[in-house]
Amino acid sequence: MFTHDGWVPMRDYGEDAVDFVIVGTGAGGGTLACKLAEAGFSVIAMDAGAYWRPLEDFASDEQEQTKLYWTDDRIVDGDDPIHLGANNSGKAVGGSTVHYMMVSLRFRPEWFNSRTKLGYGADWPLEWREMWRYYREAEEALCISGPVRYPWGPQRPRYPYRAHPLNAPARYLARGAEKLGIAWSETPIATLSAPRGKAHPCVYRGFCASGCTTNAKQSVLNTWLPRALAAGAEIRDLAMAGRVETKNGRATGVHYFRNGQWRFQCARNVVVAGYAIETPRLLLNSSSSEFPDGLANSSGMVGKNLMVHLNQSVFGYSGDEIRSYKAPPSLALTEHWNYEDRGKDYHGGWCYMAPGPLPADWARTVSAKGKWGAGLLEEMSRYNHAVGLKMVGEVLPYERNRVSLSEQTDRYGLPIARVTFGFGDNERAMRTHALDFMDRALDAVGVTERWRNEEETAHLMGTARMGEDPATSVVNADCRSWDIPNLWVCDGSVFPTSGGVNPSLTIQALACRTGDRIAELAARGEL
Amino acid sequence: MADPFSAYDVLAKRDTPSWNERTRDVIDKRLALAIAENVLGDTQLATLRVIVARVCPDPPDRPATNTLAMIVRKIAEDEGDGYRPHTLPRTAECWRRGLDAIEDEARLRFNCGFASIEPDQADEILYAVESGKMCSELWGNLSPELFWKWRLLPDLVSSHWAQPSLWSAMGFGGPASPRGYVRLTENRHDPWEASEDAATNSSHALSQDHEE
Ligand SMILES: Cc1cc2nc3c(=O)[nH]c(=O)nc-3n(C[C@H](O)[C@H](O)[C@H](O)COP(=O)(O)OP(=O)(O)OC[C@H]3O[C@@H](n4cnc5c(N)ncnc54)[C@H](O)[C@@H]3O)c2cc1C
Ligand code: SF4
Repeated sequence: MFTHDGWVPMRDYGEDAVDFVIVGTGAGGGTLACKLAEAGFSVIAMDAGAYWRPLEDFASDEQEQTKLYWTDDRIVDGDDPIHLGANNSGKAVGGSTVHYMMVSLRFRPEWFNSRTKLGYGADWPLEWREMWRYYREAEEALCISGPVRYPWGPQRPRYPYRAHPLNAPARYLARGAEKLGIAWSETPIATLSAPRGKAHPCVYRGFCASGCTTNAKQSVLNTWLPRALAAGAEIRDLAMAGRVETKNGRATGVHYFRNGQWRFQCARNVVVAGYAIETPRLLLNSSSSEFPDGLANSSGMVGKNLMVHLNQSVFGYSGDEIRSYKAPPSLALTEHWNYEDRGKDYHGGWCYMAPGPLPADWARTVSAKGKWGAGLLEEMSRYNHAVGLKMVGEVLPYERNRVSLSEQTDRYGLPIARVTFGFGDNERAMRTHALDFMDRALDAVGVTERWRNEEETAHLMGTARMGEDPATSVVNADCRSWDIPNLWVCDGSVFPTSGGVNPSLTIQALACRTGDRIAELAARGEL
Repeated sequence: MADPFSAYDVLAKRDTPSWNERTRDVIDKRLALAIAENVLGDTQLATLRVIVARVCPDPPDRPATNTLAMIVRKIAEDEGDGYRPHTLPRTAECWRRGLDAIEDEARLRFNCGFASIEPDQADEILYAVESGKMCSELWGNLSPELFWKWRLLPDLVSSHWAQPSLWSAMGFGGPASPRGYVRLTENRHDPWEASEDAATNSSHALSQDHEE
């Protein structure tokens, strides 16, 4: 991982029963694999994707690095069908964190009780103070670079590593916020601002969404998983789980496809951590005579309440050279509208950051406003002057937004996911407010020829929600399914609400908590 | 159109610390990619060639691009993006049907194959695809608008802006590993980045907001 042609030893458990088999090694599964292995359990974490070595295997190239994305077929429909693939999900050991943008934010405390405290969505079965501790654990594990003082929310300790210098788009964001009289901050971000062991600090090459060739990015691949291996976990790559087997009301193991054949891994516990589309798909695909509607689905909630984040943007041009391809995107942000509820005609919060699109991404953005031919070529030549702002906005849970099974099957013969999504009035009202505000923030710093990109969404949450009540949720606060005591879900799908921040830090904090809870339950003989 | 970065060639950095071994390999292969044979029929290929030229023209005075070959490769491998509307078939079938329908459209409107009509006639047809105003029955249940928005345009621009010629013409720094960048603030750049030609630079200069 950290040296060219380097190798580390790894345990090989074979297919006899282990304590835990985890499907998916991303923000949820990879983190939990580490915690459980360090607690002394025998753990196999499998992933459909490859175990990449960034130093050797990653190119500085958008097209080549599409190898990191989940590009197996999925059907999208509904009033506002969402873009998946590159934009939304990874297929690699380390999951989507291998190509994520590293923004590492905590929820606003009230969001854990948004139903009782703010009057919308659903309550989490968790207490924010406890989550605050686990956020800290995750931030320390990832050596987050961030400001000394964070302007919003309850006080938090300073971030482990110092903040990165701001690039031009981030400086524009900061000046715009100041002109409009709201606070901004350096973004807490999971890329190194100083060396860590054999990993070098970020070199500001800006290809983060294509995977980091230098290991500066603190992904699950180079943080939790080396720890998991050292503690005796096995990571089984290129292993596609097709079905969780159950007998007498308990999970017995996982059928998976590897090296051209179907195999079976026995386990005393199964954790599903495939992210908010593949998790419900696997639970639904595992239906049996005992569980005809799919596993853990007595509430009927598996697949329902799919949430994304609003990820719309405003772009324009500056007389300055901006060159937003340099440094990680999103180096500055404002969470003002996550913590300010006055002046809104909708529920929920949003923040915005300074994006840094690479050429092909930028060409898709510019062409989406109806440009092609010579006009597109001409506009693309002004790339270095383009500057924008991009929101991350809370989407409410609606049962009609859901993952179900299509009649079509994939190359393994498994029914593929059908992802149905449409915005509600709340999202439309938030989008209008946010786009108007970001437009003003750009206008205030002299950005002209502005336009709005109204379609984009990001992140996936909510298709196996946690809750207090087995009738309306899939798992409890420990991510343990109500219906099958040795089946767990540990990834973005357990979110009851989406909050107005990027989800990966919350997923990792939850996985840390789940790991601790499992160890406690085991110690009490309650597994 | 003037190329604002006439003195800049991102390929000149190939053997500098901005490119790692893997990137050299990937870009070398991309530049050498040949149009795969027997993937499309002759007419389909001719149609696609013109579509690429109209939608994604090459920048003048830069080495020719390989966009067409990349699209043909994608069709050959029936490579998906990980999602598609349920009315859109998979990549290869979608492209083949779209190309056949566009060819048929040209015959209906101009009595001539798409590859032989005038450029502005080709554009007229492409605008009609974009806005869904098509006559050919070959479209069947394939929506021209969806074909344009979810298949044709993203495939074309993603492949076109994967070409070093386009990176040079837009002043993009190109591959940047292991050496990234040092100067990050506005109006500053490292010696290994593109300099914008003075003439085009001044035409953009209208910013008023330089106070710090
Ligand atoms: C481009 C991009 C930028 C992002 N930027 C940010 C950001 O800045 N900040 C932030 O907080 N979040 C960001 N995210 C989101 C973040 O990466 C995800 O929310 C997070 O990784 C989800 O964690 P997870 O564990 O639920 O799933 P993932 O991390 O996606 O992991 C799921 C894993 O499960 C595997 N899997 C699924 N099904 C199976 C199966 N049946 N068999 C075997 N393996 C399977 C997949 O291959 C995958 O590796 C970004 C995402 C993307 C795509
Ligand atoms: S900018 Fe930094 S974090 Fe992003 S890919 Fe480059 S070195 Fe890695």
